[in-house]
Amino acid sequence: MTDSKYFTTTKKGEIFELKAELNSDKKEKKKEAVKKVIASMTVGKDVSALFPDVVNCMQTDNLELKKLVYLYLMNYAKSQPDMAIMAVNTFVKDCEDPNPLIRALAVRTMGCIRVDKITEYLCEPLRKCLKDEDPYVRKTAAVCVAKLHDINAQLVEDQGFLDTLKDLISDSNPMVVANAVAALSEIAESHPNSNLLDLNPQTINKLLTALNECTEWGQIFILDCLANYTPRDDRESQSICERVTPRLSHANSAVVLSAVKVLMKFMEMLPKDLDYYGTLLKKLAPPLVTLLSAEPELQYVALRNINLIVQRRPEILKHEMKVFFVKYNDPIYVKLEKLDIMIRLASQANIAQVLAELKEYATEVDVDFVRKAVRAIGRCAIKVEQSAERCVSTLLDLIQTKVNYVVQEAIVVIKDIFRKYPNKYESVIATLCENLDSLDEPEARAAMIWIVGEYAERIDNADELLESFLEGFHDESTQVQLQLLTAIVKLFLKKPTETQELVQQVLSLATQDSDNPDLRDRGYIYWRLLSTDPVAAKEVVLAEKPLISEETDLIEPTLLEELICHIGTLASVYHKPPSAFVEGSRGVQHKRLPGSAGSGESVDSPDTGSAAGVSEAPPAVIPSQGDLLGDLLNLDLTPPTATGPPPAPSSGMQMGAMDLLGGGLDSLMGDESEPPPIPLRTDTPQSPQLSHQSPSPPDYSPTELGGDLGGSPAMGAGFGAPAAAMPASFSAPVSGGLDDLFDLGGGVGMPMGAYSPPKTVWLPAMKAKGLEISGTFARRAGVIQMEMTLTNKAMSVMTDFAIQFNRNSFGLAPAGPLQVLTPLSPNQSIEVALPLSTVGPVMKMEPLSNLQVAVKNNIDVFYFSCQYPISMLFVEDGKMERQVFLATWKDIPNDNESQFQIKDCHLSSDAASNKLQGSNVFTIAKRTVEGQDMLYQSMKLTNGIWVLAELRVQAGNPNYTVSLKCRAPEVSQCVFQSYEAMLKN
Amino acid sequence: MIGGLFIYNHKGEVLISRVYRDDIGRNAVDAFRVNVIHARQQVRSPVTNIARTSFFHVKRSNIWLAAVTKQNVNAAMVFEFLYKMCDVMTAYFGKISEENIKNNFVLIYELLDEILDFGYPQNSETGALKTFITQQGIKGQHQVINITHCSSVRFIVSACGAVPYLLSALLMIPLHTFFLFSAFSAYQPSPFVSSDTVSLPVPQTKEEQSQITSQVTGQIGWRREGIKYRRNELFLDVLESVNLLMSPQGQVLSAHVSGRVVMKSYLSGMPECKFGMNDKIVIDKQGKGGASDEAGKSDLGGGSGKQSIAIDDCTFHQCVRLSKFDSERSISFIPPDGEYELMRYRTTKDIILPFRVIPLVREVGRTKLEVKVVIKSNFKPSLLAQKIEVRIPTPLNTSGVQVICMKGKAKYKASENAIVWKIKRMAGMKESQISAEIELLPTNDKKKWARPPISMNFEVPFAPSGLKVRYLKVFESKLNYSDHDVIKWVRYIGRSGIYETRC
Repeated sequence: MTDSKYFTTTKKGEIFELKAELNSDKKEKKKEAVKKVIASMTVGKDVSALFPDVVNCMQTDNLELKKLVYLYLMNYAKSQPDMAIMAVNTFVKDCEDPNPLIRALAVRTMGCIRVDKITEYLCEPLRKCLKDEDPYVRKTAAVCVAKLHDINAQLVEDQGFLDTLKDLISDSNPMVVANAVAALSEIAESHPNSNLLDLNPQTINKLLTALNECTEWGQIFILDCLANYTPRDDRESQSICERVTPRLSHANSAVVLSAVKVLMKFMEMLPKDLDYYGTLLKKLAPPLVTLLSAEPELQYVALRNINLIVQRRPEILKHEMKVFFVKYNDPIYVKLEKLDIMIRLASQANIAQVLAELKEYATEVDVDFVRKAVRAIGRCAIKVEQSAERCVSTLLDLIQTKVNYVVQEAIVVIKDIFRKYPNKYESVIATLCENLDSLDEPEARAAMIWIVGEYAERIDNADELLESFLEGFHDESTQVQLQLLTAIVKLFLKKPTETQELVQQVLSLATQDSDNPDLRDRGYIYWRLLSTDPVAAKEVVLAEKPLISEETDLIEPTLLEELICHIGTLASVYHKPPSAFVEGSRGVQHKRLPGSAGSGESVDSPDTGSAAGVSEAPPAVIPSQGDLLGDLLNLDLTPPTATGPPPAPSSGMQMGAMDLLGGGLDSLMGDESEPPPIPLRTDTPQSPQLSHQSPSPPDYSPTELGGDLGGSPAMGAGFGAPAAAMPASFSAPVSGGLDDLFDLGGGVGMPMGAYSPPKTVWLPAMKAKGLEISGTFARRAGVIQMEMTLTNKAMSVMTDFAIQFNRNSFGLAPAGPLQVLTPLSPNQSIEVALPLSTVGPVMKMEPLSNLQVAVKNNIDVFYFSCQYPISMLFVEDGKMERQVFLATWKDIPNDNESQFQIKDCHLSSDAASNKLQGSNVFTIAKRTVEGQDMLYQSMKLTNGIWVLAELRVQAGNPNYTVSLKCRAPEVSQCVFQSYEAMLKN
Repeated sequence: MIGGLFIYNHKGEVLISRVYRDDIGRNAVDAFRVNVIHARQQVRSPVTNIARTSFFHVKRSNIWLAAVTKQNVNAAMVFEFLYKMCDVMTAYFGKISEENIKNNFVLIYELLDEILDFGYPQNSETGALKTFITQQGIKGQHQVINITHCSSVRFIVSACGAVPYLLSALLMIPLHTFFLFSAFSAYQPSPFVSSDTVSLPVPQTKEEQSQITSQVTGQIGWRREGIKYRRNELFLDVLESVNLLMSPQGQVLSAHVSGRVVMKSYLSGMPECKFGMNDKIVIDKQGKGGASDEAGKSDLGGGSGKQSIAIDDCTFHQCVRLSKFDSERSISFIPPDGEYELMRYRTTKDIILPFRVIPLVREVGRTKLEVKVVIKSNFKPSLLAQKIEVRIPTPLNTSGVQVICMKGKAKYKASENAIVWKIKRMAGMKESQISAEIELLPTNDKKKWARPPISMNFEVPFAPSGLKVRYLKVFESKLNYSDHDVIKWVRYIGRSGIYETRC
């Protein structure tokens, strides 16, 4: 017979039936009925109608039945206060019962009935029970005082229960002491100023004695209470620590953590040169590590606390890095916390290990975790200077994975690295720029824009990059908008001649089209600055930034101190003071660490000497949007260099601002035949107004700037001017390298021979505003060619074609301009052959034969990437001497050998050899062993890498085996692919 | 303190709800269901704060236990309490399942009333609770069979009947090595007063009652007086789990052993026990005193002949006198009756790694992987490891796998994305190999396969930390049995914890 049957009664006349059963004479039947009632209660049915009947069952000497009835009472008494009175008599009587278990039960239950009328009757029995001869009753009564205090605090004070409770601290029974301590601590919390928990050396001594004897829970109560005590001197502090340390070996993690709290707090008072201080530090580490083998939930609590401890006293766990390494099947919350602590513990000594781990984590599945791991790599770079280079290269490796969120996260941290180590790692900017298009998160976009702006002078096409962001300015988040504004202003200050229209555009977007006050204000500040005194602007905007400090997320020292006093509690889990999540008066008082003994201050009260504990200066904490604020900070800090007072409507600065805009708009109006609508905001007092005056501030002529702006094609285009009218000044600076291309001589038609794959579509018309490009690569008479078909699928004529390559593995670069001499009309196709050289800039790509191409025409710039067959890089003098071949084959380590299968190839070995020869794969020797032909072949790449091959062909077997040996084994895969392609064609 | 405690089934229906504090309303029950149970994947912490109310939860199979509070409670204590609650329930009615909880709801309410008073945890030792909790546990049909008991019995058979396989597999050694005890009855505690069957509805006499209350509140809350056994016996299991993280090149990235000493005591009266092991600190101390004879003599079998081991840290059951351990490093206690965990410890130095895994993964083209894994056993050839399982993860786009292994059975389990290679037994100083060809479907997934580590499971009949039990002395001055009358058994089992090799 099981109890679950009580859950299943769903009959209609249930209440009535239960009533009858409750009034039954048979004890068993009554018991069954009460159980049913409780089951109904649990599932949420209202059984309050049965109150009188259940209360009637109370008067029994059967403990089981009594307990059941009490359970019911606790639930319903509040809703039926009048009837609850009926139970009082029984309670009072039960408190006198000879059986201590019943006495305790009665006093425990009474405290749970929160009805005012009952509490009055509770006082007398409670008083008796507090002095009961039986410890079980006393320990229950002690808690009951706290219950009563929760209902009616005044009553408890009036009745003098608090004094009785204090007496219980000296009780002979350890559990009574523990419960009394718990009750007193709780009551004291709601009376911050009462000296309720009058802790003095005598009571402390009693508590420490009880500590050794009471249950694990009691130990927690006592330790938590001890933590509130402030010892008189370092000697007392040490003696308490000595008596608390054995608790570190307790199996209960909560006991351990509470002991750690007491020790962490009292340690503040010990002089650092004391031997015992060192011993104590050493003793703290092992138990903290042991906490990590507890169940995951406790690990989480422990890790959150360790995070605090590590910030306060990093020396304790500095050698324990390994235990924080993440295990594959740790729950995610444990993983994230471990990662945090790993960074805190990272130092020069262990950085190699940490980085290896972090790199490992960055390939895991959980997105949050991976992001945090990537971020952690950046933090390591900032924290441990010696590791910065390693970190940067790790981050670059991760960017190569092209996993979107990894790339974005990496860019965000690289920005911080740039801040920390200016002018050191800028060589990676090119790689970052490649990933510009994949950035879709504001933080990453903002970071990238900051980088472009900050290093505008080194990025050839910085203006283009920033302009591309500007297109969707209003769709960007504020963070990105602010950053874009600053970056373009920086760019302008660095390259004033080419970017005037850009800066004008962004300033007008920020000040006139935006309703974000921050953005508008910053826009105006820049505007005035630029128009008043560009030299000053330069000093302000391009000022040297303060270096960022190593830790980005240290907890603020006073909060940290408070949290250390709350080790083990929720506050330490949330890393928030209790007042942030506890309602009412409870826990609002701020705890402080005691001052150290050496400070010479009196430490009688917990409030004094709190500052003495913090000896080190608080490290500077960078704000989350460090650079944004940094920039503003610069603005604030730099004294105005030029024309006097800060902007006021009547000042000279204002005039300048007006003039800049005025000139610009003026010229604009001149260009367009009709005046455009002037989107001026009139709601700000600083609103610039049209003006034809032009007082020139020193060094720079705003009129000139304004005039140029007016003629700018970008603005013109913005107002709907036809694209054909685009002046040369726009198309020229597309990028630095492009100009050179136009000069070089053209394409050559070439005889066949080498393998060339069929043309594939590289750039679909959909993606390129109507321009479709398909193409292939070929090697004709020793010249590598890129053969393309350009098709115009748009409605308008295309002109002004140009092409440029990104850096690639073999330094491929156009050897001449793209020969498209006549404009490409709609639905027209043109065949172009572009000769390529291999002397361009080299960067390893993934895959190796990947080539990223930019094609420009009068409409836009388009990007695509394609892969070339590596066979076109095989040079004509790739035939190796037999002896050299043999020696080289032996010389290259076997690890570099890779073997591939070519399936379904029906050529004889000679035919294959001939075919390959056409593509500059030279057969050096042939051997026949047991009907199997072995061809030994060599080829040489344009960059001088030799590849040796052994091709095994068995008559009648369509599967070939190729073994490739090369000093650069990464090319093997590509070579194999080419082999397959060459043989099958 | 804890304001309320709820137990839910997997659907989020409340099975048990007990509110201790006035600040926790009925809506708290629903808040947890909606924000945590029904939002499973998003919840990324065992502590959740919803509208200034904090919820702590643990899960046991598909049952949720949640503690609720509005105050700044001791978080570690709340979790320890929830675990303890699970232990107590398991001791009463076996597995924590919806069925068992419904079957025992009255018992659970009575327990909750007793072990948590106004949110303050009280004595929660099952042994003590059973003396005055009126309800008894009702076990479901799916009874938990105590496996350790069965396997021990098997050993004793083998010890007498010479089945060498089993002998080495589960080595159970009497503490007095010369004393070989016979046969089955050894493990049945003599049912003079069987402690398991105690059920005292209402203690009748005043003495009985006050004995209960003083026991529950007293210094030795975990043991009651008056326990009698015809045969005094104790069993010590040294259970270790050895954890390893190794680099593909065979470098140990981290390794530690977390061990437990589990004791089953069937002793009469209030016995005073003293436990000794080859702890380096103790041995060194004795060595200086010139009395190191005991250490060398009592090598009770196991994997290695190490003299002493360095223990990084240990924690003890609350019966152990911690202050004594702190000052003298001696482990003395009055044990609870029946089974309990005497201590836990952790070592990181000189660990015997029972197996070495040598992985070789090669990507052949885009659609094929070749995997070769060699495992080497690294312990005495006379010992046998058992239940060896090597788990080789495969990419998600695996289409087919061919496996060849010299020993044991290997299978590709598509649902688990792994090749699972099982070997029943393997002697020390041997090696075995598996090779597999994994065919992959071509994908356009840009993300590389993360290559999870190769993990391993096994069981070996020795303690990888090198820990040895030197003695366990029992003194009971009031009753007429001495240390020599107590029959003692020791067994060492080393299991794999997280034993991973990256590839």
